[in-house]
Amino acid sequence: MGANHDDHHHAPDGRGRALRLGVGGPVGSGKTALVAALCRTLGPSLSLGVVTNDIYTTEDADFLRRAGVLDAERILAVETGCCPHTAIRDDIAANLDAVETLEHRFGPLDLVIVESGGDNLTATFSRGLADEQIFVLDVSGGDKVPRKGGPGVTTADLLVVNKTDLAPMVGADLGVMARDAAKVRGQRPVLFTSIRQDPTAATVADWVSERVMAWSHTHATPVS
Amino acid sequence: MNPALLLIADSRLPAGGHAHSGGVERAVASGAVHDVPSLSRFLRGRLHTAGALAAALTSAAALQASCTPISPAPDTTEAGTRDVTEAPPATEGGAEGGDDRESPWVRLDDEVDARTAAPAQREASRTQGRLLLRVARRVWPSSVLDELARTVPDPHHPIALGVAAHAAGATPEEAALAAAYHAISGPATAAVRLLGLDPVAVHALLAAFTPDLTAVAAQAHFAATSAYPAPHLAPRWEALPAYSAPALDLLAEQHAQAEIRLFVS
Repeated sequence: MGANHDDHHHAPDGRGRALRLGVGGPVGSGKTALVAALCRTLGPSLSLGVVTNDIYTTEDADFLRRAGVLDAERILAVETGCCPHTAIRDDIAANLDAVETLEHRFGPLDLVIVESGGDNLTATFSRGLADEQIFVLDVSGGDKVPRKGGPGVTTADLLVVNKTDLAPMVGADLGVMARDAAKVRGQRPVLFTSIRQDPTAATVADWVSERVMAWSHTHATPVS
Repeated sequence: MNPALLLIADSRLPAGGHAHSGGVERAVASGAVHDVPSLSRFLRGRLHTAGALAAALTSAAALQASCTPISPAPDTTEAGTRDVTEAPPATEGGAEGGDDRESPWVRLDDEVDARTAAPAQREASRTQGRLLLRVARRVWPSSVLDELARTVPDPHHPIALGVAAHAAGATPEEAALAAAYHAISGPATAAVRLLGLDPVAVHALLAAFTPDLTAVAAQAHFAATSAYPAPHLAPRWEALPAYSAPALDLLAEQHAQAEIRLFVS
């Protein structure tokens, strides 16, 4: 794998390449379900690639391949040696390699989604790997999580609070979550979803396509 | 010692090394490595087989980088005015024409292939080599790294390490030392994560290996200089060692087949 037979080690300004979207968040919050939903909704109109960072095995990649939302070969799995946050933040080499391999094989792509392994609230993507990032929480983790903040909650370009259908069952107050998130995030957007109820994740998909559009306008391949 | 060696040998060098265990994960799964003494035996074995081999090949790569003139690139006619941000000329398809097959980097890469018996080890070595090459080209831009990337886009790790060390200003012997250290530091860290070993005890173990590191690097460098007797003479590949570690080969193959794994290798 990853036989990059032409020279594309240098990608100084992102021109001519796809938008790279990081999807991070704690274990079980619905990252993989969101990625599947985005593929389902955006797949027909955009050329996509997905890189998964499983904690072990290739569970997430296999889930996505089985879901049939994207050609299996457009999904690559990266192993992270017990340290999912290292692979998206401190040492992004393997993820960059996977992203570039997808672009090389199937390019030009519009969007490459990098899904992190489930991690803690401090995990964020390096700007060297992801141009935009979504942090996914779920209501069953407790409605105090947005208040606790952490770099994922406060700095992600989009915060998604998933599993809103469970809120009454776990006694989570969505109003409190929205208010606390707004307090720590300022103008950055927050979306509430239930991917179980809306498998297209329509609102998140809208946000992503807007970002892809903006990216392609500012990073088009220069006419030579 | 060139301070660049510290950067090259640092486990924080962002070249993907953190996700490789050098066989330790499978050795832990099998029970062979389960505490500090058993880790010590594993590391000793690894250093004097795979490590010594990697050190010799790394030193050879650094030596070759220092004594091989850069073959004329296709775009040297206006080298003085060429915009360095321009992409290099595209080479069509995988077949690169006859010249590159004669490239000293392709030849040396073949020698590493021949000395790496297990396919899983070759794959892990090329993956790490490719990632290191990517990082090195941005951190220590140099024509010899560009030449390597052009002729061998997926070089074996010792080749990428040797050339990166050269580009950073380190000597071939220092490059060998970095390779020897790399052979045990990554697996040691992996064992700390997998077994929850006392990290201070494991670092004491690494410190106890320092005389071995010096000896392995010196021997490796001696072999490499024997392989490159003089810049104008053809390399004597047979002077490079060909140590093997069948247990490591087996662990690597088992790891590649494993259902559950945390590390790439």
